[in-house]
Amino acid sequence: MATQEVAAREKRELTENGERTEAGKLFSPYTDIHETERAVVVSMEMPGVDKESIDIRLDKGVLTVRGTVDSARYETLRPIYTEFNVGNFVRTFTVSTKIDAARIHATVVDGVLTIELPKAAEAVAKRIAVS
Amino acid sequence: MVIRVRDPFATLLGLQRAMEGVMGSDWFGSRISGSGAYPLVNVFSDGEDFVLVAELPGVKKEDLDIQVRGDTVRIQGKKSIADDEQASVHRRERAAGQFDRTLTLPAELDAAKVSAQYRDGVLTLRLPRAENAKPRTVTIN
Repeated sequence: MATQEVAAREKRELTENGERTEAGKLFSPYTDIHETERAVVVSMEMPGVDKESIDIRLDKGVLTVRGTVDSARYETLRPIYTEFNVGNFVRTFTVSTKIDAARIHATVVDGVLTIELPKAAEAVAKRIAVS
Repeated sequence: MVIRVRDPFATLLGLQRAMEGVMGSDWFGSRISGSGAYPLVNVFSDGEDFVLVAELPGVKKEDLDIQVRGDTVRIQGKKSIADDEQASVHRRERAAGQFDRTLTLPAELDAAKVSAQYRDGVLTLRLPRAENAKPRTVTIN
């Protein structure tokens, strides 16, 4: 495989309409979504967010993920040169597949959150044999 | 401006504003090489030390290589994403590949005292100035 360089790109800042009660910048995490036979797998890049600071909700087919960054690590630091800003992450998806909410499983490794949403039994596709 | 914590929201907002204020500053001057290359970096000062922060989500610690020499810092590595061949793709926004960025700081660094921490996809390098690059207090006679 040919080596590929990672292109630098800005973090996506959420610029939604309407006012929020929470002040400050929010970022929309870069996300991959895959679907296997048995599950929908969502991987989100949330650098600086530890596992205690992630909130995942699935309500009426809407998946909402929030990640809170710890700004305390910047406590004594004075910024002199910046190329990106820091802020909390939030992103919402409508999940069109029926999910077995009781078996949702999430892990976070090196700033990447992976959420496995197992399909409900009735949503698992059946392979149709052609006779 | 030094950021002091009281209320976490006020802190984050204060931090964001302070960082916004120096966004695109010419602190590196013309010396910055590979400006805008991956990974993007922030530089802070903490007393006499520089603190460099880069976000590298999905990069494994063992795939990171950091070198410090004189006044330059080189961050090299690769970011890989495990792909499940069986899975169908709904959305692909994350990017994988190799990176190599060299930054030249405005002071000589003490390479032996540099420390690196990698946690939750964030690399933090503490870069102390070399002894001869530290500011001296001048006594007025």
